[in-house]
Amino acid sequence: MDGTQFLQQIINGLTLGSLYALIAIGYTMVYGILRLINFAHGDVLMVGCYLAWFGAVQFGLPWWAALVGSMALTALLGVLIDQGAYRPLRTAPRISALITAIGVSFFLENLGLVIFGGRPKAFERPEIFNQLYQIGELRVLSHSVWVPIITALVLAGLLWMIYRTRLGMAMRALSRDLVTVQLMGIDTNRVVAITFAIGSALAAAGGIFWAMKYPQINPLMGVLPGLKAFVAAVLGGIGNVVGAVLGGLVLGFCEIMLVALWPEMAGYRDALAFVLLIGFLLFRPTGILGQELPS
Amino acid sequence: MLEVRNLGVRYGGIQALQGVDLTVAQGEIVCLIGANGAGKSTLLGAVSGLIKPTAGAIAYEGRPITGHKASRLSRQGLILVPEGRRVFANLSVEENLILGGYFRPRGREQQADMAEVFDTFPRLAERRRQQAGTLSGGEQQMLALGRALMGRPRLLMMDEPSLGLAPLMVAEVFGVIRRIHQRGVTVLLIEQNAAAALAIAHRGYVLEVGRVVLSGSGQELASDGRVQRAYLGMD
Repeated sequence: MDGTQFLQQIINGLTLGSLYALIAIGYTMVYGILRLINFAHGDVLMVGCYLAWFGAVQFGLPWWAALVGSMALTALLGVLIDQGAYRPLRTAPRISALITAIGVSFFLENLGLVIFGGRPKAFERPEIFNQLYQIGELRVLSHSVWVPIITALVLAGLLWMIYRTRLGMAMRALSRDLVTVQLMGIDTNRVVAITFAIGSALAAAGGIFWAMKYPQINPLMGVLPGLKAFVAAVLGGIGNVVGAVLGGLVLGFCEIMLVALWPEMAGYRDALAFVLLIGFLLFRPTGILGQELPS
Repeated sequence: MLEVRNLGVRYGGIQALQGVDLTVAQGEIVCLIGANGAGKSTLLGAVSGLIKPTAGAIAYEGRPITGHKASRLSRQGLILVPEGRRVFANLSVEENLILGGYFRPRGREQQADMAEVFDTFPRLAERRRQQAGTLSGGEQQMLALGRALMGRPRLLMMDEPSLGLAPLMVAEVFGVIRRIHQRGVTVLLIEQNAAAALAIAHRGYVLEVGRVVLSGSGQELASDGRVQRAYLGMD
């Protein structure tokens, strides 16, 4: 592999990693606050993609309007899932909520099959993300430039919110002690709802940019990115937003490098995420940035 | 100010409270004493809105509040300092205080409240940027009290504020409770340290297995033979 090819792979890894990161943020935020792995997160992403598809294809909206509209509606879906499925189980054993999350996941997938049909739909890449830049031997799609930039902006915005605003303060307090936060006059349901809204909106965005990369969507498309983003969140240290982005990038780079260095191993690409997951769970279960778990 | 009538709380098959009547008048210090498991914390939990009562009624400032959410009651000045302090260990001292006044208008008033808390607890001022988890037990109790004061309580409830503190610190906590009371805050408190609590309380209630078995003025209770034997360690 020469220098140009290497650089090419770095860019590919950065793009893929940023997509995992966008999706992993939602996993990690919900986990940070409720200690719940929201396994329906990937399917929420799928719904977000279909909403954007409807916006763009059926209603002829410009891409940015379809994106923003989908993010808003998907945020609403996330809030409704929390209120309908998870809130009644807030004081139940954690495993009940986890099983419910898997149930919500199956429900969304099958509802998607019924409503949208099983045949994939073509997802167009808007012009702005479809420019091809040629720098010497290097060929870069504008999509690969924008996605990492957007991810970096999202991360900066979230860190500002978590560490510099009162809402973020309430979130950090809530992640430690759901009961005592109520004694501060804080409506915990509202804070949790906002968390689901943000996570789901980012899942929609991540999914839409994902669909622009592999330009088709189907009702089961959320499963693999969802699981891999979950792995990314664990790699980075679940509950930690910076960790989610870091974990996403690590996973993205590892996958791309596996395929680049050993093309004959390309078929194991999806398995790699789970090998990494098992390795981390064995040797560093708190993830790259994870701290000692509070007892 | 607070009126509890025939209150009952059940956890599954266990009757934690039964037929509890209790009143707290404006300006009083009222204390609950009783053994572990007598239902004292459950009673404060029910009044503060953290625990749903299964029977009875609670009124605060003349309005029924039975079953209201804890966050709503805190905003109305009915504030609980929970057992074990429960400061937010991952937040700074200052952030803990801001959360205590989360629902109040931001800006000058909040600044003034915080200055007042720092005035009452100079140790907190020194450590305002420090993570609350790094404070000593006594300092955490000060922070828990200061955090509650940030919400401008009218009725302040405290669950075992002296638990696990060194004797010198216990005396300081009781001094602070008295000062808070002098500023016009009504106090309802649970104490293991019955002697110290009855010394500052106007009235007290004795709980046993979920029922009020005795009530009276602080002096009456302190001189009652049963209380002396069971809670004051006298023969």
